[in-house]
Amino acid sequence: MNLDQAPSATADWPDHIFDLLKAYNVRQVALVPDAGHSRLIKRCLADNAMRVVTLTTEEEGVAMMAGAWLGGSRAVLLMQSSGVGNCINMLSLATLHRTPMPMLVTMRGDFGEFNPAQVPMGQATRTVLEAMGTLVNRADTPGDIAANVEATLKFAFNTYRATATLIGQRVIGAKTFGKD
Amino acid sequence: MLHRRALVAEVLEGRGDMAVIAGLGASAWDITAAGDTALNFPLWGAMGGAAMIGLGLAIAQPERTVLVITGDGEMLMALGALASIAVQAPKNLAILVQDNEHYGETGMQQTATGHGVDLVAMARGAGIRHTMLVTEPGQVPDLRAAIHAGDGPFFAVAKIDPETLPLVLPPREGVILQARMREAILGPLANLA
Repeated sequence: MNLDQAPSATADWPDHIFDLLKAYNVRQVALVPDAGHSRLIKRCLADNAMRVVTLTTEEEGVAMMAGAWLGGSRAVLLMQSSGVGNCINMLSLATLHRTPMPMLVTMRGDFGEFNPAQVPMGQATRTVLEAMGTLVNRADTPGDIAANVEATLKFAFNTYRATATLIGQRVIGAKTFGKD
Repeated sequence: MLHRRALVAEVLEGRGDMAVIAGLGASAWDITAAGDTALNFPLWGAMGGAAMIGLGLAIAQPERTVLVITGDGEMLMALGALASIAVQAPKNLAILVQDNEHYGETGMQQTATGHGVDLVAMARGAGIRHTMLVTEPGQVPDLRAAIHAGDGPFFAVAKIDPETLPLVLPPREGVILQARMREAILGPLANLA
């Protein structure tokens, strides 16, 4: 059993995100896997123009985005809300150097959560990102996701900063281990 | 045992278009002492980030050698990055750890490498096959050749004297550090992108 919930097979918002990553010429995709991003990750892995880098911890992805930008490539970081906590100090790079760092965060501990361990970081995700200077928007319906992700990519690459879209657990669903 | 600035000066001699990322603290002062250039990216913070900055740059610029020079304390904070880098296997990325077995900027407290932790073995365990342990000045020409060979990822540890040297500070303005390297790599239009 997956501990996390993946979007239903018919949900097409991950495809819209993929199309946006292509439209904005994102070449490096750093990630720690999340079930909510599983379909998007598959699309990225299948694309020859994208380099998918699976990290051991999310802060590696923040540093990697800085390196990509130094070399003229656009990068994005995909992670779950718990991973945001791992990124805090590394996000100083975006502030110090004015580096575009778009992040797409699938939320846990956010809406109807089953797992108590997800709640502290899930509730702190937005505060932590904003405390480090990240511009944050969030989508709580599938129809809101593409517009928010596009805003996050534009804001990052046009104004040189860390940005994030939080994809609410209401969109992704909460796994209940058969106990609901 | 090597002297840290002589090591860096010899490694960077005739560096050509190599891009260099330096971890915070003495490594950043050392690359600056060897000659501050637009192709130097000295870190002032982001401890544990140097190797992964190198990876992002190496993937973006596969024809250019990227060298990460950092300390044992900084590398110990990013051991997982060794796995991430080994899996990506960029041929143009080299990492040189200047290992003095101490946290030099904070009062020379001991690091784990002074207690037997073996960074070369960890890199090999992560899957980086091309590694080197440098303990004598006579090995530096081979080290330099390996960094330039383009047969990476390459990981080396150089055991250095835990000496504290006069500071040679690079620019502290992060926007300049990023913009100048982008311009050096991407050309005069880099910062109009």
